[in-house]
Amino acid sequence: MNFTFRRKRISGILTVLPAREQSFVDDMKNFNFPEARSLKLKEVMGYDKHRIVEPSVCVSDLVVFALKHLFEKELLLPDEFDALILVTQSPDYFMPPTSNVIQGRLNLKKDLFCVDINQGCAGFVIGLIQAFLLLEQESIRKVLVVNADVLSRKTSPKDRNSYPLIGDGASITVVERDTVDSVIHANLKMDGTRNNVLMIPAGGFRRPSSPETACLEDVGDNNLRAKDHLHMDGSAVFNFVQVEVPALIADLLQHTGSSIEQVDYFFCHQPNRFMLQKLADKMRIPHAKMPSNVVENFGNSSGVTIPTAIAFNLGDRLIQEKFKVCFAGFGVGLTWGAMLLDLGRVNFNSLIDYA
Amino acid sequence: MTDYLSNTALNDIFAILKTIRPELDFSRSRDFIAEGLLDSFDVVTLVSALDKKYGISIPGTEIVPDNFKNLETIETLLRKSGAKL
Repeated sequence: MNFTFRRKRISGILTVLPAREQSFVDDMKNFNFPEARSLKLKEVMGYDKHRIVEPSVCVSDLVVFALKHLFEKELLLPDEFDALILVTQSPDYFMPPTSNVIQGRLNLKKDLFCVDINQGCAGFVIGLIQAFLLLEQESIRKVLVVNADVLSRKTSPKDRNSYPLIGDGASITVVERDTVDSVIHANLKMDGTRNNVLMIPAGGFRRPSSPETACLEDVGDNNLRAKDHLHMDGSAVFNFVQVEVPALIADLLQHTGSSIEQVDYFFCHQPNRFMLQKLADKMRIPHAKMPSNVVENFGNSSGVTIPTAIAFNLGDRLIQEKFKVCFAGFGVGLTWGAMLLDLGRVNFNSLIDYA
Repeated sequence: MTDYLSNTALNDIFAILKTIRPELDFSRSRDFIAEGLLDSFDVVTLVSALDKKYGISIPGTEIVPDNFKNLETIETLLRKSGAKL
């Protein structure tokens, strides 16, 4: 599905990551594998350290912290945005929506459209699409796209498939109308027939949590996890990404008459370095144009990885300069989406610690 | 199964497999995957080592268990990926 948006822009990005850092070498002690084999994996996948919340920290804690930071620094005023789109797979509660919890904790205005979207690694692209659609309304001048997840709390430390790569975090992306005639193109696809490839099997209404779903099970390859934990079919996800994402980006470039050479950066979701470098090789994109350094430094925080990659790799350069960028998010659903836009001259682009 | 694979290439692949799982004897196996000699992460480590050794990038879409069953399938994959054996 193709989208075209006119006169819209991203005017600021803030990422907040837990200050607590865990190292892969420490994680290894929980895995039922010889150390040498785990260390090889560390080298290939780019696992090194990841940011994990303390067990009691929730999504709204990270987001409230980030918004307070923006308000205190006067980078954003509490009254100047009209919608808050929260994209998360780890809400504080089933009900009420966590976006409303955030609104309440900050005593934000009542004329605020708050909505939660249950999406993951494609959540940055999904959130932006929703924000651009809302900005078609006269009454909405500025929208916050908030991506946030604390999925480490639902990941088994004894599951080498997923624990070493998992990270927590939140990002606030401010979206508003542009004064120049800019055009943003996006392409989005979904395949619900593969919904079981990435899932938390228990804890919802289909299979409520119970002592049984909390029991660790040997799920093969010496990995232990419970039904309450995140399950990822690594091979299926890898194959999905390698087959679908290059075609998606190629379609977007073709549709917009753009070439790889014209794009300064491809900011993709960050599952691991190996997967991203294979993607880049398949599309003949120089590795320098497709950063893959988020997992090794911070972990994979679902929809937060693209804002993290932008903040970590461009930082203050994004305040002065403008780049042609392509975003690509892919994951749970399955969902995959890409977006081509001019990004730059923003008011802020930074990464802070939640402590 | 390795008649047309040079001894050097054969030794190189065996040497790489040995660094990944030094405790196993790959020469006695007909199917590295089915017999549990390589798991999915070992395959990733193997691909990375083969890429480096032969100066290629094995396409992500080719990283499927069937291509890593034995020396013959690995050799076919390497040739398909542009390796000079």
